Amino acid sequence: MSSPGEERTTAAVRPYVITRGRAGSSRDALPLETLVMASGSALAPDLQPEYRRIADHCQGLLSVAEVAAHLGQPPAVVQVLLADLIDWGHIVARPPIRVVKRKRADLDLLRKVLDGLESKL
Amino acid sequence: MGLRASSEISMAGTDGTTRKNPPARQDDADRTTRTDHTNETGETDETGDTDDMDDTPVMYVQSSVAGAAKILVVGPMGVGKTTLIGTVSEIKPLSTEATMSQAGARLDTKVRPSKTTTTVALDFGRITLGGELVLYLFGTPGQQRFLPAWKDLARGALGALALVDTRDLEASFDAIGHLEDLDVPFSVAVNAFPDSKPHSEDDLRSALDLLPHTPLVICDAREHQSSVQALISLVSHLIETLTEAS
Repeated sequence: MSSPGEERTTAAVRPYVITRGRAGSSRDALPLETLVMASGSALAPDLQPEYRRIADHCQGLLSVAEVAAHLGQPPAVVQVLLADLIDWGHIVARPPIRVVKRKRADLDLLRKVLDGLESKL
Repeated sequence: MGLRASSEISMAGTDGTTRKNPPARQDDADRTTRTDHTNETGETDETGDTDDMDDTPVMYVQSSVAGAAKILVVGPMGVGKTTLIGTVSEIKPLSTEATMSQAGARLDTKVRPSKTTTTVALDFGRITLGGELVLYLFGTPGQQRFLPAWKDLARGALGALALVDTRDLEASFDAIGHLEDLDVPFSVAVNAFPDSKPHSEDDLRSALDLLPHTPLVICDAREHQSSVQALISLVSHLIETLTEAS
């Protein structure tokens, strides 16, 4: 293990340089199952290439997890970059349908899931 | 790894005529090298992880889909999580990682409190249901030290399918305990391996300390029907729980 003198001030994980150190920032991270898609608006020419790769990759609907896996980037990085792209209007997101308190409203969703699964048999 | 590899060989030897692929263990077992990896400074890269860039063409989600939901598939290494996900998924299972922002391993916390990130391999697949909904299945390793990574993943999940290998029931205790701690509703699926001995349901229930209403099914993670049935048992259970509560 390192002695105290070796403490470094660089980012803990290199890919985070891309996000300028932002990960798990104030904003809640986009859930991995959030569906995202490029809006088709033109990206600024001087935008970091990582943003462009993501936007280019999202020509159809994909989950945040899929974008991260396809691009071989940690989800924590992709979540931050996607959130920027959403803020700038380059990506649109369909928020996940989440079960919050397991109320009756969730019944509809669960029945749809059940029907869907039964149709796969 | 050595032990696991030799058990695979002997399994393939006794059962090689009917099954070309060694049973479910393979993909999860490979993963131990990655998931045991603690990435403290970012200087050490993931080993055995160079195939992150996937060359298979991107299969987008149908544009008619309005939203996504998720179910967790949990259990110890080698229990067949990735196999089950691959069996039911419409895409080849993908792999990404969950990052634990908190210190995951107790040993590390004193040394470098702010610099510990542990990555957990996360395999996932997807099923489009009825053209308007897409279901993601996330395979989540069960060990105690991965608990922090679970919290984000479990948030908003419909529920979890806990996979169990009867040859090593104890290995499943952590995963089931996490589900109970995080209040994630779940059902249990026993992944039947060729050399699993038959157990009575009562024995399994008491060994796993399951509540009477928690479903327990036997499945074969390599078979589509069987794996879908296991998911159906979970979702039926979730519906029952909700209907009873109201």
